[in-house]
Amino acid sequence: MLMLRSDAESDIRQHGRESYPHECCGALIGRGKEVVEALALPNMTENGPRRRFLVRPLDYRAAERRATEVGCELVGFYHSHPDHPARPSRYDLDHAWPTFAYVIVTVADGEPKAMTSWRLREDRSAFDEESVTVE
Amino acid sequence: MAIQILIPTPLRVYAGKQDVVEAEGATVGELLANMTGQYTDLRKHLYGEDGKLRSFVNIYVNDDDIRYLEKEETPVKPGDTVSIIPSVAGGSPL
Repeated sequence: MLMLRSDAESDIRQHGRESYPHECCGALIGRGKEVVEALALPNMTENGPRRRFLVRPLDYRAAERRATEVGCELVGFYHSHPDHPARPSRYDLDHAWPTFAYVIVTVADGEPKAMTSWRLREDRSAFDEESVTVE
Repeated sequence: MAIQILIPTPLRVYAGKQDVVEAEGATVGELLANMTGQYTDLRKHLYGEDGKLRSFVNIYVNDDDIRYLEKEETPVKPGDTVSIIPSVAGGSPL
């Protein structure tokens, strides 16, 4: 189970809305299974931002630094799927890191809808879905 | 002499829960081989089935990406800091 503070949850939805029809992305900062902050990051993909996102290494490093500064840790990343279900793609699987929560929000016709969270299996073969609660 | 390697959050569980490990080597390739010899579970997350570093794994020596240096042949010396930095990528089905 992943617990999102309500501010973090609404920030993810707002970022998805603002970025539509492109994908948004950002870091999840918190402790263990709790997310206290959603940190928006630039989508730097060169492969078409309607269907892809990329967080550059320097932005990753900044997110890790931010987490340390606020006494937390980096617990995962979020991104949007414009006009697609909130399920991870093969591309998501190929690029996933272990232990992180991957939150996906569907943005349909510009409006954020379903939000899901996924974790990579130890053998990298698939994602497992985990429930999301908002506090 | 050992060189420090900074481990990113998602890989720390495979490195004894440490954010910094030490390994020996004269090049980045030797250093990573030494490190994954000590922490074998790191290997599958850093290297693909072809034995090459995964494209979304970035190795920096101090502030420089080894892709723009001599890749895994990049020399390292005591006092250098080597960082493993993820690119995070994904997207919806095409």
